[in-house]
Amino acid sequence: MELAISVIVIFMILGAIYAIHASDILSAVIAGGIVGYSLVICFLLLKAPDLAIVQIVVETITLIIMVAVVLDSSRKEAYGKFDTQAWVTAATAVVILAILFWFLKEASAPLAPFGENTMRMADAYVNGAVDKTGSVNLVTGVLFDFRGYDTLGEATVLVTAVLGVLTILRIRGKK
Amino acid sequence: MTVYWLCFILFLVGLYGVITRRNLIKIAISLSVMEFSCFLFLALIGYTEGGVAPIVDTADPVKTYVDPLPQAMVLTAIVIGLATTAMLMAVIIRIYRKYGTFDIREIKNLRG
Repeated sequence: MELAISVIVIFMILGAIYAIHASDILSAVIAGGIVGYSLVICFLLLKAPDLAIVQIVVETITLIIMVAVVLDSSRKEAYGKFDTQAWVTAATAVVILAILFWFLKEASAPLAPFGENTMRMADAYVNGAVDKTGSVNLVTGVLFDFRGYDTLGEATVLVTAVLGVLTILRIRGKK
Repeated sequence: MTVYWLCFILFLVGLYGVITRRNLIKIAISLSVMEFSCFLFLALIGYTEGGVAPIVDTADPVKTYVDPLPQAMVLTAIVIGLATTAMLMAVIIRIYRKYGTFDIREIKNLRG
């Protein structure tokens, strides 16, 4: 299981690197889609069917939005001469990446090995959840029953984002 | 443990793209790559070897399930990620209409 997921994640890394360095923006967007759709397969392998369903819908919508934006504007990559500013950003990136890598080395020590999750918190959600919530799907039980306010906040964020998009894209303001 | 490292490398690739690229669309793609790596990490943490998907089979209740809590959290995060990406693309297309470019070096006269 770990090997299969590792291979898919390596594929995702390659797709992301190509998306960052592609000279055509449309192919960069499509290569970004590799990452999202591989994530769907990972979710299926990790026994998370709800996540896979949501992710495949969300990735399709994101891809459609991005392709629409690119087709409506320019496909040229912003190249330029490799000046001082580019050197400074590249050096900053390397330094930040090194620092974060050190942090990962420190933080991964107390982590349980892959596949040996102990379920400290979720025991109360699993045992007797069907009687409490009436839902055989435990993820739905957690989302809409035990953590219902969290889902309410999510709906608020969605409404705010839709209002923001409508406000930004409105062609003409009020007189 | 290898999967955790690869997942973190995916995050670093996204961060590298956000820092070094100059095209707004590529910055948006890199941000979603970072998002996806976080989702994958949380789903990996909740996985139990030999577990089944967290859907209770009332005929055979004694089973090991994978952790439903990270899955519920990631489900919320995925939808919020869609909202932020849509908002980002709206801002980007407005910037393109005003300045005629995606290059962040040429968008200089952003004064109040």
